[in-house]
Amino acid sequence: MTINGEKNNTALTIELEGRLDTATSPMLEDYLSENLMEDILELRFDLGQLSYISSVGLRVLLSTQKKMDKRNGKMIICNVPDLIMDIFDVVGFADIFTIER
Amino acid sequence: MWELEIEAKTQYLEQVRAFVDGHLEMFDCPVKAKMQIDMAVEEIFVNISQYAYTPKTGKVTIRMEMTKEPLFVVLTFLDNGIPYNPLAKADPDVTLPAQEREIGGLGIYMVKNIMDDVAYAYQDGHNILKLRKKIELQE
Repeated sequence: MTINGEKNNTALTIELEGRLDTATSPMLEDYLSENLMEDILELRFDLGQLSYISSVGLRVLLSTQKKMDKRNGKMIICNVPDLIMDIFDVVGFADIFTIER
Repeated sequence: MWELEIEAKTQYLEQVRAFVDGHLEMFDCPVKAKMQIDMAVEEIFVNISQYAYTPKTGKVTIRMEMTKEPLFVVLTFLDNGIPYNPLAKADPDVTLPAQEREIGGLGIYMVKNIMDDVAYAYQDGHNILKLRKKIELQE
């Protein structure tokens, strides 16, 4: 998986490319703990190039959503591929995430 | 029927996936079904790797079968670790807001929803988990 982040004042955009699974989720967790500083109030995940997500990946997204809620920040998920949107629907994430399609 | 016996360790997930995907590719499995099967396989294999033999390690046997007309993919996971029925756990409430959501329990719920049938049995010292998925081939 490739992680591309871009910070712009209090906004952070993260593009994920490839597979977010048991093997690669720790990479994203590390990236977030280094880059999702307290001053980030708008976090955007671009999943346009994400081909696969496992429950471990879903858990990282959920805990990040909780973190952003706690600081009254916003988390937006955009360019969600259909295959991954289906999974969000199954686990009810379509309702708790802010999704821009 | 194909069979893979492998050490139940998360680091071998790639080999497990290659075994499953290799056979799915034999019949041009649609991308969506392949991703769902991969997800279920990852979930179950990782669960067995993390919990079945703790703190020791052990093996898992994965059997893969296919039936024709209708096309079903059947995957059976066997381990001889601690008896554990993953289906006994209550489903998470997927209607709760983010703050009240539990981080765990999603995986097996997902598996139950994306497979057509999931069954557990404990026989002769083995945990046996059988997953079935119907495949709709594209015209």
